Amino acid sequence: MTETLTYTRKDFQSDQEVKWCPGCGDFTILASIQSFFAEAGLPKENFVVISGIGCSSRFPYYMNTYGMHTIHGRAPAIASGIAITRPELSVWVTTGDGDALSIGGNHFIHLMRRNVNVKLVLFNNQIYGLTKGQYSPTSEVGKITKSSPMGSIDRPFNPVSLALGAEASFVARTIDMDRKHTMEILRAAYEHRGTALIEIYQNCNVFNNHAFLELTGKQIRDENRINLEHGKPVVFGPEGEHAVILENGAAKVVPTASVDPSQIVVHDAHAVNPSVAFALSRLSHGPHGPTPLGIFRSVERPVYEDVLQQQIDTAQEKKGVGDLDELLRSAGTWTVE
Amino acid sequence: MQLAGTRFTSDSALFGNDLATFPNFPAEIRAPAGTVAGVSSFQVQIADFDILTPGDEADVLVAMNPAALKAHLKGVKPGGMIIANADAFEPRNLKKAGFESNPLEDGSLDGYRVFAVPMERLTKAAVADTGVSSRDALRSKNLFALGLLGWIFTRPIDPTIDWLKKKFASRPEVAAANIASLKGGYNYGENTAAFKHTFHVRKAALEPGEYTNVTGNTALSWGLIAAAKAAGLRLFYGSYPITPASDILQELAKRRNFDVMTFQAEDEIAGIGSAIGAAFSGHLAATGTSGPGLALKSESVSLAVSIELPLVIIDVQRAGPSTGLPTKVEQTDLLFAMYGRHGEAPLPILAAKSPSDAFDTAIEAARLALKYMTPVILLSDNYIANGSEPWLLPDLDSLPDISVPFAVEPNADGRFLPYLRDEKTLARPWAIPGTPGLEHRVGGLEKQEVIGNVSYDPANHQLMTDIRAWKIRGIANDIPSLEVEGDEDADLLVLGWGSTYGPIMGAVRRVRKDGLKAATAHLRYLNPFPANLGDILLKYRTILVPEVNSGQLRHLLRAEYLVPAVGLNQVTGFPFKVSTVEKKIREILA
Ligand SMILES: Cc1ncc(C[n+]2csc(CCOP(=O)(O)OP(=O)(O)O)c2C)c(N)n1
Ligand code: SF4
Repeated sequence: MTETLTYTRKDFQSDQEVKWCPGCGDFTILASIQSFFAEAGLPKENFVVISGIGCSSRFPYYMNTYGMHTIHGRAPAIASGIAITRPELSVWVTTGDGDALSIGGNHFIHLMRRNVNVKLVLFNNQIYGLTKGQYSPTSEVGKITKSSPMGSIDRPFNPVSLALGAEASFVARTIDMDRKHTMEILRAAYEHRGTALIEIYQNCNVFNNHAFLELTGKQIRDENRINLEHGKPVVFGPEGEHAVILENGAAKVVPTASVDPSQIVVHDAHAVNPSVAFALSRLSHGPHGPTPLGIFRSVERPVYEDVLQQQIDTAQEKKGVGDLDELLRSAGTWTVE
Repeated sequence: MQLAGTRFTSDSALFGNDLATFPNFPAEIRAPAGTVAGVSSFQVQIADFDILTPGDEADVLVAMNPAALKAHLKGVKPGGMIIANADAFEPRNLKKAGFESNPLEDGSLDGYRVFAVPMERLTKAAVADTGVSSRDALRSKNLFALGLLGWIFTRPIDPTIDWLKKKFASRPEVAAANIASLKGGYNYGENTAAFKHTFHVRKAALEPGEYTNVTGNTALSWGLIAAAKAAGLRLFYGSYPITPASDILQELAKRRNFDVMTFQAEDEIAGIGSAIGAAFSGHLAATGTSGPGLALKSESVSLAVSIELPLVIIDVQRAGPSTGLPTKVEQTDLLFAMYGRHGEAPLPILAAKSPSDAFDTAIEAARLALKYMTPVILLSDNYIANGSEPWLLPDLDSLPDISVPFAVEPNADGRFLPYLRDEKTLARPWAIPGTPGLEHRVGGLEKQEVIGNVSYDPANHQLMTDIRAWKIRGIANDIPSLEVEGDEDADLLVLGWGSTYGPIMGAVRRVRKDGLKAATAHLRYLNPFPANLGDILLKYRTILVPEVNSGQLRHLLRAEYLVPAVGLNQVTGFPFKVSTVEKKIREILA
């Protein structure tokens, strides 16, 4: 690119009326993503936003980029087809917890393991919004909803743990209200070549209001928010009075003063082994009590489409560019006079 | 047995016979050896005239054990020849196959010419000097049988000797044993007076030109590569393994040097999903599967219809329902291809009629998909997929140009309208990501006509539903008229589709040789039907529709044209025999 791109958020707003419930966390996320795209430095036409089905999946209609609103749970597969065939594009999936982890659970884990260059933004509101309030695969046990009047019995997924378990190369978590943090995470994900999971806690103020109060409430957020920063010891609290240590492989919160500073976990987002990141992700179930936000993991791993293209190049070097005439004759021919 | 069959085929092809093959395997990888369920077979038909089907009654059956005899005896012509590996007809094997007594001795095969050959003993003797273990020696008994067949059918065995030398170049002792066994079989035929006469099958009078032998799955894969070339696009194939479609994924995966991208997805849904993504981003996108996989894909097929993207969807049909008979043949997905979606989601459906025809059908499917911006279903089946036949190589320079231009600039006063249609084809423009100024969104929600924004307007939904139907129906004007072969003044039309081509043609030719009057036509296009189909149907007193299902095309014809078509239907897992179709025609004409 020779010309500098001077986009503003407006350039990424489509002419469609945004139809979420007033006060929905999706608005903030939309604003964050539009603002980030404007700043990213990529020509507008190279962004593609793919979604499944759900409130959050209406997202592409509101983005003035290329986009596709697809079917429930399948966006990762469709986005993979785009990213694999067109590495120059920046391909984003916007999805909900039901979309990504229930019906699309299989595609989710396979996207993570394959490392196609797709950024998956998971709007986690711990409820089904579009279908009006049933519990979701991230809802806590015992949640009373329309489809679980006596409390849900299912154990919830922790999306970060799940992605780390599938050895995703980039895993991060943020929250809708914190636009600055969201933008930072979006930038890091964008700059990471490979699959990125960005879990965003999103408030559905109609069906699951205040689900993330522990991270947003004025009095308690400082007590609960653990900011993960690469190379820094994992301490939190208004005065840094809490620290995270490892005990038998599990992460544990202790008073900072009670341990030797060398015992405190120093966050290493680039560690090849994901087990410490996994241990950190187990600190909370979404979120109850101290909850890490930030980049859990960011490692370099071969990217699917790069390796595919290498195979094509190697095959063409070795065998020459395919000659169809030759191929049709490869099993031997005979001539009838 | 698959290897011996393949070699016999090649040797016959090189000799210049027409041929057709039909491998038949059990579904279980390790079905219990010696049981009828575990029998693997390979049927070859060779002739000096053009063969239309491999799946007919056999002149010769080579049975390597009692189970094979049990499984295939009913397929042998009365008076046919049975060559049995006598060593395997011992009490344990006989019992496993369910024989009370040895059929080679108890007179139950009196209607056939039976040759009991102690193949295992003879093979061991033939390879004695090559130094291989007796276990390896026994493995080469199939080549003994092949050598014997070579002699009986006056087939040269030299090409197979060359082939063995190459194949086992790194293990010369194995090559030597196999060659010794092959020659042993040949010499046994020559030396024993047991076989009073040999068969002389002359070279076939095929159309002049260069031929190769090809299976349907291979031809289909190559057709996709050719289509991508003709379209000037990269090929992307997203799929999940399933018998009998896996070979397509495997064949294409070998062709990276053709710039082919294959993606082995986590399931069929992701297979088609990835292909939809590749289509959106400007590729010739295809996905392939068999019935159960098509069921999984159906929600995505509807999406592709709604967003109007080009996509080739291959269904190599197998017997269902559910897992059914995964290695056996049926044509039972026609109505599923036609209607197996939610909402009204019409799309073109094409069917290949033979292994080599799969090549042309793939190119045609791609042409329609690209030109009309629509998913297209291509039906093949297990019989076409694994069967083979000689193929007069196409002239690749005469491939049709099926390229379509991408939209590169706004199409309405500086704006880009993703559903502004081509007046003739009703296709919408294909603007791919990365094109400046044409940013747009597509999706499964109903779209406002022309503009493409989400619309819940009732009249708009009616119109969009109509337009999608008109678009597909209009394709009838862009496909060849149906051609009828046979007697001008016939009262009977035998109409088929897909792999019943061979048996139907064979049967019609046989009855016409006897002076009976019949006409026949074969449908490649099942949706829309060729424009002249209605007129043709009205000309005949009887329309016979043989199908390897319970009457699915017949159902469509009756519904669409109100004609009293009659069916000949079979769902045994096997293709029709020529004689079965012939018998039905004779009944009708009697
Ligand atoms: C195949 C299919 N099954 C079910 C649905 C109904 N459905 C639409 S959205 C949804 C759940 C959405 O929840 P979530 O992904 O959490 O998104 P949110 O609406 O909360 O943003 C369901 C079950 C559908 N559209 N398609
Ligand atoms: S239902 Fe919830 S998630 Fe959906 S738009 Fe309304 S507030 Fe947002």
